[in-house]
Amino acid sequence: MSDGKSIMVDTSRCTACRGCQVACKQWHGHPGTKTKQTGTYQNPPDFSADTWKLVRFSEGKASNGKPYWYFFSDMCRHCLSPGCMEGNKKDEIVQDKQTGAVIYTAATKNLDYKKVHGGCPYDVPRQDTKTKLIKKCNMCIDRLRANMIPACALSCPTGSVQFGERGEILKKVEARVAELKKDFPKAKALNADDVRVIFIVTDEPEKYHKYAEA
Amino acid sequence: MTNHWIDIKNSDCVLIMGSNAAENHPISFKWVLRAKDKGAKIISVDPRFTRTSARADYYAPLRSGTDIAFLGGMINYILTQEKYFKDYVYNYTNAAFLVDDRFGFADGLFSGYNPQTKIYDKASWTFKKDAQGVILKDPTLQDSRTVFQLLKKHYSRYTLEQVSSITGTPVEDLKAVYDMYAATGRPDKAGTILYALGWTQHTVGSQNIRTMAMIQLLLGNIGVAGGGVNALRGEPNVQGSTDQAILYHILPGYLAAPWAKAQGLKNYLEQITPKTKEPQAANWPQNLPKYAVSLLKAWFGDSATAANDFGYNYLPKLDDGQNTSILNTFDAMYEGKLKGYICLGQNPACSLPNANKVRASLGKLDWLVHANIFDNETASFWHGPGVDPKKIKTEVFLLPAAASMEKGGSMTNSGRWVHWKYVAAQPPGDAISVGDMVYRLMAKIKDLYAKEGGNAAEPIKALKWDYADAKGAFDPLAVAKVMNGYFLEDVTIGGKSYKKGDNVPGFALLQDDGKTSSGNWLHCGMFTADGKNLSARRGKSDPTGLGLYPEWAWCWPVNRRIIYNRASVDVNGQPYNPARPLLKWTGGKWVGDVPDGPWPPMADKEKGKLPFIMKPAGVSFLFGPALAEGPFPEHYEPLESPLAANPMSGQRINPAVKVFKGEADRFASADERFPLVCSTYTCTEHWCTGGGTRWMSWLTEAMPHVYVEMSQELAALKGIKNGDKVRVSSTRGGLEAVAMVTHRLRPFKVQGKEVHQVGMTFNYGWRFPNDCGDSANLLTPTVGDANTMTPEYKAFMVNVAKA
Repeated sequence: MSDGKSIMVDTSRCTACRGCQVACKQWHGHPGTKTKQTGTYQNPPDFSADTWKLVRFSEGKASNGKPYWYFFSDMCRHCLSPGCMEGNKKDEIVQDKQTGAVIYTAATKNLDYKKVHGGCPYDVPRQDTKTKLIKKCNMCIDRLRANMIPACALSCPTGSVQFGERGEILKKVEARVAELKKDFPKAKALNADDVRVIFIVTDEPEKYHKYAEA
Repeated sequence: MTNHWIDIKNSDCVLIMGSNAAENHPISFKWVLRAKDKGAKIISVDPRFTRTSARADYYAPLRSGTDIAFLGGMINYILTQEKYFKDYVYNYTNAAFLVDDRFGFADGLFSGYNPQTKIYDKASWTFKKDAQGVILKDPTLQDSRTVFQLLKKHYSRYTLEQVSSITGTPVEDLKAVYDMYAATGRPDKAGTILYALGWTQHTVGSQNIRTMAMIQLLLGNIGVAGGGVNALRGEPNVQGSTDQAILYHILPGYLAAPWAKAQGLKNYLEQITPKTKEPQAANWPQNLPKYAVSLLKAWFGDSATAANDFGYNYLPKLDDGQNTSILNTFDAMYEGKLKGYICLGQNPACSLPNANKVRASLGKLDWLVHANIFDNETASFWHGPGVDPKKIKTEVFLLPAAASMEKGGSMTNSGRWVHWKYVAAQPPGDAISVGDMVYRLMAKIKDLYAKEGGNAAEPIKALKWDYADAKGAFDPLAVAKVMNGYFLEDVTIGGKSYKKGDNVPGFALLQDDGKTSSGNWLHCGMFTADGKNLSARRGKSDPTGLGLYPEWAWCWPVNRRIIYNRASVDVNGQPYNPARPLLKWTGGKWVGDVPDGPWPPMADKEKGKLPFIMKPAGVSFLFGPALAEGPFPEHYEPLESPLAANPMSGQRINPAVKVFKGEADRFASADERFPLVCSTYTCTEHWCTGGGTRWMSWLTEAMPHVYVEMSQELAALKGIKNGDKVRVSSTRGGLEAVAMVTHRLRPFKVQGKEVHQVGMTFNYGWRFPNDCGDSANLLTPTVGDANTMTPEYKAFMVNVAKA
């Protein structure tokens, strides 16, 4: 196996347009779920069996007294050694040989959801309460097989979500973090050595999302 | 846009003000961030910290409706700190012109104001001239009557402290923004402004934009790569519809709509055609008669002859001073003066101000024809909230329309690029394009007139109406070719021969003798003489490296990608910024973009022409008579504001604005019952009134319900918690919304007092989904800009209470 594929999610380029969130649903044929306005731009409120890509919004007051507003286009990290696979009985969860994508098969309905979910430090897997299938982002494995890039990366207008060979993405991540550090000393890549979907942040990860970093 | 989308990447400083580019034009940020990657500073000025602000290097808040104060302060800063681009200001603006001695300004009013009519007599807003009619100038800019000195004096009143006390922007933020932006006043720097409805939707909308245009001129930022005054148009083809005269006061190509006193073609042409005695002015508008006659030939064909003024008398005329903007149209409808209304692809029941009045107006019609891709609050007004269908006599016809992807034709983006596009999918059911509807309607009317006659039959019979393809369906290509224009006879111009039936390959070839036609002179040149459609091109070459892509689509005028581009070079034709040359005079010709005219550089005193060819004097106007409320922009409060008086003068609101006085139009300014400034806007996830997007489940999932954004401080005062249901009300109406309590809005310090601002999207309506809430335009006032009548959606007064 080569090094497989990777995705860079550079939050410093994200405008929270949510094109990725909608493109994900469109490609996978997931419905828009019924939501409520609860006083935030973030909707749906969380991942679900029908929501695999979710832009999380978080805001506060920065040290200079001005507001900050962080956007975190959350998705499965496609770990190199996926914790969720420890819930496997047999091959219900597999790692694609070519790309490294972590794929939940139809057999996940036989797994203990708590164990699968508990193995994920990023709070990603969700269970379909009716079918008992456990679901999450599959890196658009069907698109990859057809030589297309993942729907989220294709829809991104600013280059915040970029897809490519892992080696190339790692180089891009390294260069971008170095660039960002000039203005944002706290800039860093999250768990870059352990995951295929690498987030870049410019402030403390927990300000973006409780489970941003493992 | 004077420039275009891709060109944003060439900028050294991107000021985003009067626009929320990241949210409302998401693709713009592809280019904004590329500029940032190269070291450009991105500035966001907005009452509310937005998704644009989140990506900016610097954010500064300002109270809605105070942009002229903010920018007036910047002009003052640029002048007093001498940050302006001296060579450019001297050569390419009217800074040195001497202003008429009768011109003056006192206590918020310019000379010539008539308080009864609220109209200015502009006779004194002009220049001193010598015996030959040439404008007098002082090259030293020292004479107290120079535009430059008058400008300095006018804006000296906009001190940092004064501006801050009006806008609520902290002084340190003003200083920081002024300093960053004024740094582009050097030959090797370019700054750009991205604005949109946040500037147009005010009673002083036109002057907001003019203030920024003046800043761009002072800094030498017009006509250069990475500069310009750039309106982000709010819809894929809104630029195209403007070019084709969707507005009431113009004909296609921005020719003035004929008015009653302009009797006869000669009289009309004389009045619309400017004259100049300036030795080096090209005065391109001297060609307007050629464009007007060619337009008449396009419309009336063989029925347009020299003997009948080419059919000029067939055109309807506006009464003198008549304003048929949509606000006046609906006012007349409310008064019962209109019988029928054809509404194509709009949703006025949610999009126009004072929606209660608008919805009541629709009930006074005999008939309403509405074409859209979905039902909406306009077509369904007769069963809206509080409406008894039994009491509505209006007969409503809802015509199913094709969506944009179901139509071929041209689409013009904000950068004036005309793209030819193709049908991606056939429209469902009986839906047809709006073009087809209009084509069939007029064909039927012509048919009936031919058979039965009727009132004013002559123009209808004379109208050339041959836009159908072989199958009898509306043919956008036929329309596009007529817009471009044809040679109607064999002609030889400048040694080159063209055959009857050839397309005219550029507007310089149009004639005023009836030998050419052109439905829109700006589109002339989109087709080659042998009929090749240049807007269908998709060439990717980029010879300048500036992203002009001259072989991708086609742009008006004459494929010039950045207009006024000869202002990017010095008088010898050499680029002011050699690192980003847009044009260069070399070997006796221009290299780069399509130049604004073929003439040699200015240093050639005989053949050289000034760069601002659309201005009669050849230079841009720091002082100009075009707008209704004065030659220099001045701060006035919005019609509804928290202040009882204007801190700048005794003139509280724009003196030239029309205030509607009917029973449905109530206003409440500096009124304790409505103490909160409110602004309306749209979010990324929905489109305008949501008439199309609210039917998309992925989008209503992301933004399900109407909300009102407010500061933590205001919420605490009102006892409101995030997510609470609240009622927002103005003196005209109200609606329920969900409170979004945020750090992204903060109270302003205005005139020593705390002023709170809230904001709402106007993306919702009662029709669908049935629990999403109603339109924010139930709150907004019927009042418009004094020049354009664009409604003041961006600044008005409300109250918020827990529901």
